[in-house]
Amino acid sequence: MPLNKADIPGAHNIVRQTYPNGMIVLVKENFSSPSVVIDGLLRAGAADDPIGKEGVSAFTSHMLMRGTERRTFAQIYEEIEAVGATVDVSSGINVTSFGGKSLAEDLPLVADILADVLQHPAFPEIEMEKERGEVLTDLQERANNTRRMAGLTFRELLYPADHPYHRSVQGYPETVTVITRDELINYYRSAYGANGLIVSIVGAVKAADALRIWEDKFGNWIGAQVDRGVPPSAPRLIERREKRVDIPGKSQSDLVLGFVGPARSALDYPDARMANSILGVFGLYGRLGARVREKGGMAYYSYSQLEGGLGPGAWQAVAGVDPANVDKAIPLIQAEIKRMIETKVTPTELKDNKSYMIGSMPIGLETNDGVAGIILDMELYGLGLDYLINYPDRINAINAASVQAAAQKYLDAENFALAVAGPN
Amino acid sequence: MPKTTKRPKNTTPQGNGVLKTVLPNGLTVVLRENHNAPVATFWVWYRVGSGRERTGITGISHWVEHMLFKGTAKFPGRKADQVVSREGGQWNGFTWLDFTTYFETLPAEKIDLALALEADRMVNAPFRPRDVSSERTVIISEKQGGENSPRQLLSEEVQAAAFRAHGYGHETIGHLCDLQTMTRDDLYTHYRTYYAPNNAVAVAVGAFNAQDMLRKIEKSFGKIKHGPAIAANTAVEPEQRGERRVSVDGPGTTSYIELAYHAPAAKDADFPAMVALDAILAGASSLSIFGGGTTNASSRLYKALVETELATDVGGSCIPTMDPYLYGLSATVRQGHTPQEVEAAFDREIDRIVNEPVQEAELAKALKQARASFAYGSESVTNQGFWYGWSEVFADYKWFETYLDRLAAVSVADVQRVAQKYLRRGNRVVGYYLPK
Repeated sequence: MPLNKADIPGAHNIVRQTYPNGMIVLVKENFSSPSVVIDGLLRAGAADDPIGKEGVSAFTSHMLMRGTERRTFAQIYEEIEAVGATVDVSSGINVTSFGGKSLAEDLPLVADILADVLQHPAFPEIEMEKERGEVLTDLQERANNTRRMAGLTFRELLYPADHPYHRSVQGYPETVTVITRDELINYYRSAYGANGLIVSIVGAVKAADALRIWEDKFGNWIGAQVDRGVPPSAPRLIERREKRVDIPGKSQSDLVLGFVGPARSALDYPDARMANSILGVFGLYGRLGARVREKGGMAYYSYSQLEGGLGPGAWQAVAGVDPANVDKAIPLIQAEIKRMIETKVTPTELKDNKSYMIGSMPIGLETNDGVAGIILDMELYGLGLDYLINYPDRINAINAASVQAAAQKYLDAENFALAVAGPN
Repeated sequence: MPKTTKRPKNTTPQGNGVLKTVLPNGLTVVLRENHNAPVATFWVWYRVGSGRERTGITGISHWVEHMLFKGTAKFPGRKADQVVSREGGQWNGFTWLDFTTYFETLPAEKIDLALALEADRMVNAPFRPRDVSSERTVIISEKQGGENSPRQLLSEEVQAAAFRAHGYGHETIGHLCDLQTMTRDDLYTHYRTYYAPNNAVAVAVGAFNAQDMLRKIEKSFGKIKHGPAIAANTAVEPEQRGERRVSVDGPGTTSYIELAYHAPAAKDADFPAMVALDAILAGASSLSIFGGGTTNASSRLYKALVETELATDVGGSCIPTMDPYLYGLSATVRQGHTPQEVEAAFDREIDRIVNEPVQEAELAKALKQARASFAYGSESVTNQGFWYGWSEVFADYKWFETYLDRLAAVSVADVQRVAQKYLRRGNRVVGYYLPK
């Protein structure tokens, strides 16, 4: 029983509605389970954080759940948790995501709470200090976490200092300490609004009912998000930039080695994704897994990932290795990158990876969360509602030359950003 | 084509569409049709985990699990890996206290591949010395990665202090000295002892016909011989007489605290009341292996520890196990506060739930949360396969199917009774992680 075309989310079964206030709502019915998932976003993110105030966007998103004009923090969570639902708001670099999940009978409650926290936050001072303390403790933990520090340092090396991707979404202890309530409120006023909001609702609810519930709660929300356009591009590195962060007392070092990659909407993104799959995803971490983990026995994890996103997200290789093996693992990763650039991938690799990308679609679409996420991506990145219908054709159009072209365009065996965090 | 074995008895679906049977070679089979999506999952569970490992070979179950990903004559090297991925599948293995398990989730029409693969590696893994050697360093690397986490260092110490007779006292990954010295023959002996149909449970959930699936399983696994009888794990942890306290010094600037109480096994009649107690104290646990449970900001401990700014998070852990394990509570100490202050706040809440009945509304909330979590978890065949198999290991699949009913039967008095019985100072280990 292969995936029936009629069941694949597409223009024929996704209801898409735009509203005068600028929001876009997409609904896909699925009555095979009694839950409903809401997955949405606003075009506001840490890229807007002023210099010296890094963390404002993330702090703001967390404060929304800490009290509104109608509900206290305790009331919000009591209502949500009493029905086993979840609601969350969190900021990334370019977007602020919001969402919820509940049994279908509780969808009106979840929509009401999301409307309340997004439209009427109160920013209570006492809650602000609680939140600040939690963030500062988290940043303290980050400073002692090899994986997080390698990731943070990698971005600082890869992107120029004036590029938004250079900076931490969560901020830094010195910036989070000085953020004021007025700054959060000003940020909220400038960044939050219905114009640009996208939401995908998937589950055991009739599309007309979902639209009515959402429109009822959000239809009158006025508020324009600033038009931010496309995130700035970032230059390809022309030197090797390396930094080692000493975290004494740890048993393992983490390393991140990588490059500026394509945006999700780039024409060659599928080719880069294919190259990435062969390099460090397919099977047990692709070629990197075979070389560093299987042959070298050097790491428990050694893989690659391609961020995509609205702007030039990173394309990176990641490994966790014995501190004594860091300098042995790096050349192995370089060698695999070199091979991606210099030699075409084999017909078998290409065939296997195409088959994997196309064949894994039914599992990705099994849950309401999976479907809601992909529908949101279709809208955000302009992939079109028939993206999944056309997906096999797009994957099959990839060839060894296009994969190599993507590798050559983005990867470089000598010039890259390399961050290592662990005991020196 | 191999001859199909004699049809086992009792192959009609029972209750909620589940077909359970035992093949002549001892393999337990649990099948559940689910036609929501064109996918299927197949699991093989072996009734062996770190809980029955002795000193000298700690970590052996997990290492054997790794060796089963190193290929066989039929699926050499990474071939199995490639064929599963090529079909768009997911596969993995897990080892824990009571089990070692393997699964594949695939487009439903490709699920035969999973049966072929699992039947093959139940008996044909070669454990080549060079693979043992390279995997030794991979596993030591995995252990080192875990030890980078202060919480992990603390829970390892607490677990060790809680058990001195039972194998639950060491981490599944094992002790470094054992990982450095275990031999290929140790690993192979473990494999040949515990990897046999009579010590295994095969579970399939997904878009298939259960009778067809049973025939396929018989065909793939029916010829595998019944292994030697496996002795029961005779370890019984003696009653703890008095509070035990441990501390771990380590890198960093943040302190952590963990409390662990000896708790009832999954089959114990007290277990559902412990689940309710945990939900009220620390928030409901997720019934999905992929996480995604609800938040716990309305729980008693969150209000007492996080709202009061003593801690930045708090959580509970109530795990179904074959033998009595631990009910764990843990928290991250907020900057400017001490583990002692957090412990005192924990104790005030524990004393309260021991001395005062909980509210009916709190119980109703725990039940509704479980109902929602159950619904979320059932969207994924992989998650369902996990629960059918895991519950077979520590009880039987009906434990999972009747979970909500048993939780609904828990009374306010039950919660107070188990609180009084288990949440005693003398029944616990208190651990602090203190940054150097």
